[in-house]
Amino acid sequence: MIDLGLSEFCKWLAATSLSQTIQTTGWIIPALQTIHILSVAVVFSSAILVDLRIWRLLERDVPLPEVAHRFLPAIWPVLLILLMTGSLLIVGEPRRSLLNSTFYLKMALLAVAIMLTAGLQRSISSSPNSWDKDRGRRLAARFAATASIALWCGILFAGRWIAYTQTG
Amino acid sequence: MMEQLRDFISYFESSALADNIRENDVLFPLIESLHVVSICLVVGSIFAVDLRLLGLASTDRSVSRVMNGTLPLTWTAFAVAVASGSLLFISNATKYLGNGYFDAKILLICAAGLNMAMFHALSAKDLPRWENDTRLPLPARLAGGLSILLWVGVVACGRWIGFTMEVR
Repeated sequence: MIDLGLSEFCKWLAATSLSQTIQTTGWIIPALQTIHILSVAVVFSSAILVDLRIWRLLERDVPLPEVAHRFLPAIWPVLLILLMTGSLLIVGEPRRSLLNSTFYLKMALLAVAIMLTAGLQRSISSSPNSWDKDRGRRLAARFAATASIALWCGILFAGRWIAYTQTG
Repeated sequence: MMEQLRDFISYFESSALADNIRENDVLFPLIESLHVVSICLVVGSIFAVDLRLLGLASTDRSVSRVMNGTLPLTWTAFAVAVASGSLLFISNATKYLGNGYFDAKILLICAAGLNMAMFHALSAKDLPRWENDTRLPLPARLAGGLSILLWVGVVACGRWIGFTMEVR
């Protein structure tokens, strides 16, 4: 029943003039995907650079709050570009993602990654001290960093897998 | 010379490894995902340096500090990108070689490497003199801008390969 409604919605979306334009102009989808991947590169690298600093694999001599302040704020405006290009890709090929469980897995992972990143950014900036010295804080940060790496990698893998799990 | 190169490539293309990547339903997307993850880290971490060269980010840190902070990630990710890219390549070498976007992508990566090597060679002597400035000398800004354009081109070509080549 739900599937039928969603399927109808996809049919309707695919018939809109915006979707028709995207479908019939060959370069639009690869161009949108290129912008989407470049934005993923910025968000993903920003998060990973902070995660690697938490694990003391990079920028060991720089305090964590400084590294977090340099890289994490850039994530939020770029996420808006991802939302826009992602939405246009869905409009262009609704069935490819909306009828694809891998897409929902990607969105679920994204929701958790956003909450984790926002939480990390908040707790680092609201109490910037002793992230490297206090044992409890260090462990908590390392747990968060490991989860962050796993989540963002999962999002990228799921994104690529959408192409292989289309129902047609 | 070209003949020998072709023999060399077809030797790898007909190997059991290439067969496995080509035929296995999971292996190809898995390597592809790894390729996307590593390219995103290469591009994202290089953009951090390029934006510093352009005077648009991290201006409170010297150029070499920004580079030292991100380049270990860049090179590690680049090694993974080359390894995963080579595996994807040998699985369908003949088709990739016949694809203009593949050739363009390789050329753009070489150009990006050359751009970086030239920046290091030209700036090696007097980098300490201006690397703390917000607004850097014109050659440094040009190198940063060019690097961004070249890597955008690399990602675009990579995406266009997928739309102009039937892999399986």
